[in-house]
Amino acid sequence: MFCEKAMELVRELHRAPEGQLPAFNEDGLRQVLEEMKALYEQNQSDVCLQMEWFNHYKKSLATYMRSLGGDEGLDITQDMKPPKSLYIEVRCIKDYGEFEVDDGTSVLLKKNSQVFLVLRYFKSYEC
Amino acid sequence: MSEAYFRVESGALGPEENFLSLDDILMSHEKLPVRTETPMPRLGAFFLERSGGAETDHAIPQGSKLELPLWLTKGLFDNKRRILSVELPKIYQQGWRTVFSADANVVDLHKLGPHFYGFGSQLLHFDNPENADISQCLLQTFIGRFRRIMDSSQNAYNEDTSALVARLDEMERGLFQTGQKGLNDFQCWEKGQASQITASSLVQNYKKRKLTDMDD
Repeated sequence: MFCEKAMELVRELHRAPEGQLPAFNEDGLRQVLEEMKALYEQNQSDVCLQMEWFNHYKKSLATYMRSLGGDEGLDITQDMKPPKSLYIEVRCIKDYGEFEVDDGTSVLLKKNSQVFLVLRYFKSYEC
Repeated sequence: MSEAYFRVESGALGPEENFLSLDDILMSHEKLPVRTETPMPRLGAFFLERSGGAETDHAIPQGSKLELPLWLTKGLFDNKRRILSVELPKIYQQGWRTVFSADANVVDLHKLGPHFYGFGSQLLHFDNPENADISQCLLQTFIGRFRRIMDSSQNAYNEDTSALVARLDEMERGLFQTGQKGLNDFQCWEKGQASQITASSLVQNYKKRKLTDMDD
């Protein structure tokens, strides 16, 4: 694997006097090309396995996400780390008016106002 | 006197070695001790004495000590040390560094690893805590030895220099040869040969080869 044969070819060239090419080492070159082919094929087979695994994973993840939270499903790849605090600070881009949260309290959402809300009321694409 | 042939120079003393430089290829092939930080399935086929054998899928377990060429180690190393951790070869460690600081001139750098400076410079890529000391050591060693190299290359005209270059590493030998060439060019100029047209060395060598072919 460590290209010993290839290194021999390089050393041969390195040893040659300035500006001269040593005679074409057909044998050595063929061995090196075979080694390269073998490594490449081994690599290909590993890659195939990985691709299969990845497709399987992709499908499982998509199915799971679709089955969560309501009709559209929940994108769980958005926040990879758990939130540090219970509340999230929100700035409104547009006037929305009154927004009623689950426990009955309502919040007035005006443009550019900032408000703290409990984290679970947000999916990232709604803000 | 102008160059007949330009070789790709070594970049090893700079940020990265040159892909097409033969010197750098040879330098980068030298091995250094590493330790795997993650198990490597199926790679044991290349290290038959270390792996688990066919039943365990030829895996290399985590924590194995291996010797890998520099080019491979650089490719696998990453800052968070997920795959490999690199140990310093002995000659770049504290013990030898003290030897170099004592007297840099007596050391046989060719024996220690013919690419002492180049390999040492590229070793700095591995975020070792001793990097500052290593780079200082490389620099000071070179400074200590430079005077002698310059002197000997500028004063050895038309003689056998093998004794002078025996203990020099590859980079120093290149420097010596450059010095010799400068000396030879100067002598040539002094003799008035600089303005004469002479056959290029490439062509002379070619002619020689043709003769031997004919003899066969």
